Amino acid sequence: MKPTGSAPRLAQGLVRSVVPVLLALLVSGLIMLAIGAHPLDFFAGVWKYGITGSNWQRSLSLMSPLLIVAIGLIVAFRGQLWNLGYNGQYLLGAVVASGLGPMLFAVMPTALATIIVFIVAILTGAVWSLIPALLKARYGTNEIITSLVMSFIAVGVVNLLIKGVFKDPGTSTPQTTVIADTDLLPYIPGTEIHIGFVLAIVLAVVAQYVLSRTSFGLRVDIFGASPKAARHMGLNSTWMVILLFALSSGLIAFAGSIDILGQFSYQRADWDPRYGDAVMPLVFLARFRPVAAIPFVAFYAVLATGGTLASQQAGLNVDFLLVIVGLILLFMTVTEYIGERHRLGQSYLPPGLRRSLPIPVRNESERMPV
Amino acid sequence: MSDMLSAAFVTVFIATVIAQAMPLMLAAVGETIGEQAGVLNLGIEGVMLVGAYTGFVVTLTTGSFWIGMLGGAIGGVAANLAMLILNVWLGLNQIVIGLAITLIGEGITSVLYLQNYTKSPASLGQQPQLALPGLSDIPVIGQALFQQSGIFWVCILLTLGLAFALARTNWGLSTRSAGQKPSSLDAAGGSVMRTRSMAVLLSGALAGLGGAYLSLLTTATFSPFLTNGLGFIAIVITMLSRGRILVVMITSLVYGLAVAVGPALQVVGFTVPADIIKMLPFIIVIVMLIVFARSSVVPPALGAPYTRGAR
Amino acid sequence: MNTAGALASGDVISLRGITKAFPGVIANDDVSLDIVGGQVHCLLGENGAGKSTLISILAGMQQPDSGTVAIGGEIIDISSPKVAVDHGIGVVHQHSTLVPAFTVLENLMLGETGVLLDKKRAAERLAELADLLGAQIDPHVLASDLGLGQQQQVEIAKAMWKGSRLLILDEPTSMLTPQAIEHLGESIARVKAQGLAVVLITHKLREAYAMGDCVTILRGGRNVGTIGVDELASYTEDQARDAILAAMFGDDLAAAGDSASELAGAAEATLEARSIDAERRPVRLELRGVTSRAGGRDVEAEDVTLTVREGEILGVAGIDGHGQAALAEVVAGQRSASSGVVIFDGVDITRSGVHSRQQLGVRYVTDDRLYEGTVGSMSVALNLVIKRIGQRPFWRSGRIQPKAVDTEARRLIDEYGIRTPSPSTRAGTLSGGNIQKILLARELTNGARLVVVNKPTYGLDLKTVHLVREILIDFAAKGGAVLLLSTDLDELIELSHRIDVISRGRLVGSVVNDGVGTAEKVGQYMTGAIEGTD
Repeated sequence: MKPTGSAPRLAQGLVRSVVPVLLALLVSGLIMLAIGAHPLDFFAGVWKYGITGSNWQRSLSLMSPLLIVAIGLIVAFRGQLWNLGYNGQYLLGAVVASGLGPMLFAVMPTALATIIVFIVAILTGAVWSLIPALLKARYGTNEIITSLVMSFIAVGVVNLLIKGVFKDPGTSTPQTTVIADTDLLPYIPGTEIHIGFVLAIVLAVVAQYVLSRTSFGLRVDIFGASPKAARHMGLNSTWMVILLFALSSGLIAFAGSIDILGQFSYQRADWDPRYGDAVMPLVFLARFRPVAAIPFVAFYAVLATGGTLASQQAGLNVDFLLVIVGLILLFMTVTEYIGERHRLGQSYLPPGLRRSLPIPVRNESERMPV
Repeated sequence: MSDMLSAAFVTVFIATVIAQAMPLMLAAVGETIGEQAGVLNLGIEGVMLVGAYTGFVVTLTTGSFWIGMLGGAIGGVAANLAMLILNVWLGLNQIVIGLAITLIGEGITSVLYLQNYTKSPASLGQQPQLALPGLSDIPVIGQALFQQSGIFWVCILLTLGLAFALARTNWGLSTRSAGQKPSSLDAAGGSVMRTRSMAVLLSGALAGLGGAYLSLLTTATFSPFLTNGLGFIAIVITMLSRGRILVVMITSLVYGLAVAVGPALQVVGFTVPADIIKMLPFIIVIVMLIVFARSSVVPPALGAPYTRGAR
Repeated sequence: MNTAGALASGDVISLRGITKAFPGVIANDDVSLDIVGGQVHCLLGENGAGKSTLISILAGMQQPDSGTVAIGGEIIDISSPKVAVDHGIGVVHQHSTLVPAFTVLENLMLGETGVLLDKKRAAERLAELADLLGAQIDPHVLASDLGLGQQQQVEIAKAMWKGSRLLILDEPTSMLTPQAIEHLGESIARVKAQGLAVVLITHKLREAYAMGDCVTILRGGRNVGTIGVDELASYTEDQARDAILAAMFGDDLAAAGDSASELAGAAEATLEARSIDAERRPVRLELRGVTSRAGGRDVEAEDVTLTVREGEILGVAGIDGHGQAALAEVVAGQRSASSGVVIFDGVDITRSGVHSRQQLGVRYVTDDRLYEGTVGSMSVALNLVIKRIGQRPFWRSGRIQPKAVDTEARRLIDEYGIRTPSPSTRAGTLSGGNIQKILLARELTNGARLVVVNKPTYGLDLKTVHLVREILIDFAAKGGAVLLLSTDLDELIELSHRIDVISRGRLVGSVVNDGVGTAEKVGQYMTGAIEGTD
């Protein structure tokens, strides 16, 4: 969009991104104390189970779906489309891999089956986003609500599939057939990190380039800054909404399929990791830049990997992570407010987003009377 | 098919419809008041959970459902304070704050519940009944309707009272103008901040009440993620009702019907998978959104923070 | 409905040393003046002279940095609009403060303090005020369904609702037809006769002379001249004009010359553009029975037929919101036509989109400069080439070419005198006038053949207004065609060869601008169509 560059500005931007995280961790520690849990045990546990030994490899493996979800959210958010149906979209992608995968692996070469799984997952996600996209484009219906409702429906559909056609006949618990190790995504040589990690990093770099350097990226930014301006510049807003929603939802579904083929190898009914909830604040902190999201996602991957065991050890349960994420969101808005007042660094992208929901259409004359 | 028409069956069916509709109705009325004043609260899911949890804990501690409901309302107000301070006062992004409230509400209630009540599952005991003399003796309907808890009646009266207040009082007029055109309210000597603050607090209290109704009367217990998206359905109901509280009441009843149909079918002998029963309300909601998409109008100033002079 | 302000004639509201600064600009600099009951006090000055800020302070919307306001000798602190209302200061703001979705009565009751809405008493009070104003207002109709003249009467009733002492009217005539202005004048006279003080803000000298008892002139935030009651009464219109102009423009007057008095609305406007022999020129744009459809809230264009020829400026007059936006967009390609044809240079372009029309030379300068015409968060340079997105040389195979963008931007910045720190400055940080120059630079260059301009000078300072009009006249003189949509009758008369009148989306009349009585003819078309029998 515009040349940044000067080092102090970058540093200030960094401060504004990191401070909310630190504050959230601090306050969550206080909350732990208040409810009789042990914050130090918790954070020590996060370090221990998230990084030490070979645990860092588990954290990096977790980064793969998280980062792709982040890119999916960024694509939509930059166009000021609030796709919050990520949980359902992710599960749909996952169930394509866990349900369709075993059937395909049985009849064709692994590589081909994997590619087909990915394509079907992406298409499923894209198609699932059509209803919110069309309602938004046609009638301006709030996409937050429609995508959320579609997400709840997707969760139900996925459960029905796992209990129905995709159920492993060999077990009594409702789950899909376990995919053989040889059919899963290969590891990066010398590690236990599947190549989905590499894929995610490459995707982030490509997305960064497309969004910041090409005419497509500029179109997305214009659309995000002001749909009215986009219309004026001759952009087809209906297509834009459908395309961005499809890209976003497709990417998130892709993350689900990668997670199954790289990590889990099967899927249980009622399983919902809710990655999107955690990733959402991170993409704000990364100011909707895919590459900038990488360190934040890495941070959360460690927190989540270590946090599961650590929270039990500290006398909590894993849902405490939601509290931390929520606090990051709150402190993010507060830091933003203070930063705005003191003009620290740059803001979280388009002014329209900074304020609130619908950009009020204003006339010039209605500005500050001078 | 004789089962289907038996008096006992109908009684249970109507009672189920009401039990399912009430939490949604209360939350949607709260959301309506907030939205009429120009504040879209995406945190309502979290506010409901906090209300459900505090209501549950207070009832367990005091043994009184009435005090429990009050506790739920207070919990809801407390949860909505973040919206009040960060959005109404400081003008920060409603969506982000709303989602934060939802996430924190979900997380903290789950953590607290599992920490305190897993080892010894708590039971709430018998809820208070209020048999209206005469009316409750009417066969079938009498039992279902007029032997409801007194809490039910208070909530209905509260809702009707708010419907009246929104339409016929100066408070209602100010509230609606804050969502339509805050600058008009300001110019007329009203206070946009005070009006919106009151609406947000009231909205929190009602969502908290809705949550408490859910945990105390509908399910008679708390469990993590108890609301399971009910708050978001309340937002949809609000959008579709366009600020008319009577419409909110009717749509909530429709929702209650949709949810009650599943168990009812089961009684008659159809087995409906639990997943479908869970999905049904959402499917109905999305169908309603598609059918009534044109008419889901929100107040013009919804979501826009107000700064005097900047307009 | 307490009557807070006593209606005593001769009551004095005095402002002393009012100073108010905003970041980077002093809006009011030590302004002092007295407002007397039973008089109409005109406040004159160009855009940015500090009139609105002064009014905001009286209305309680802003607090002065220093200075006092006193009523009848008693200093009051107007800390909020409520305090202003309580002291009987009623303001009719330039932009409607009515809630469109409320009825007239609901709008008037807004701000009452009792518990229940008292519709009966409110209706009685409205009847009382309507009587006073000489207006007929249906209390149960929605504000959005009122005509502009009626809306204004309701606004005045609202300002006087609690028994006013001072009635302030901020540019009340800017959107009215000549006939409605006359009606407003009568209402103001009746209000004055009740002993209220009236402050009338305007930038048109004619109105100040016609309606005012005394005049105060603001320039650059300062009170630069007051003409008292006796003095003004003793002047002829010409003398008053000269005195006011001298104060308004000071030393600039000589430099500004005739244009200053025209811009200040001192005299009847006359055609500035070189007249053309229209019949012999080829038709550039033709609309035949065009009806637009977008499904939004705007008024749509209905069955519009018009032609614009090479070198011609066709004005379209009308009250704001009567389908001008739809008409502009249907020509620019932003809105589709549900029936009718759009022909450009003899080619049917009804079905082509913004991009292909842009390439053919159809350009559009929108009235919403900030949120539609530019993307404020992007650089001036990007905004200058934004309509050529994806095209060479600025983009090559999808990749942006920063050097090419920069070169083009610098060229346009020079040519149009856009004042910006650098091409990479965010467009949103520039002044309204410079943003308008960005739009003109982008739309009028690179093969422009027809430009649609909507309210091109709205809200700009006089110098830029003058410049923008010159640019448009120049564009036409070089063979371009201009479709000028405006609510400013003087502007239309100054620029247009012909003026069509639009009302509720339809063209209801056409006037050739050949000098005499154009304004009255246009006004009649507007009145006949809009106010009905009123």
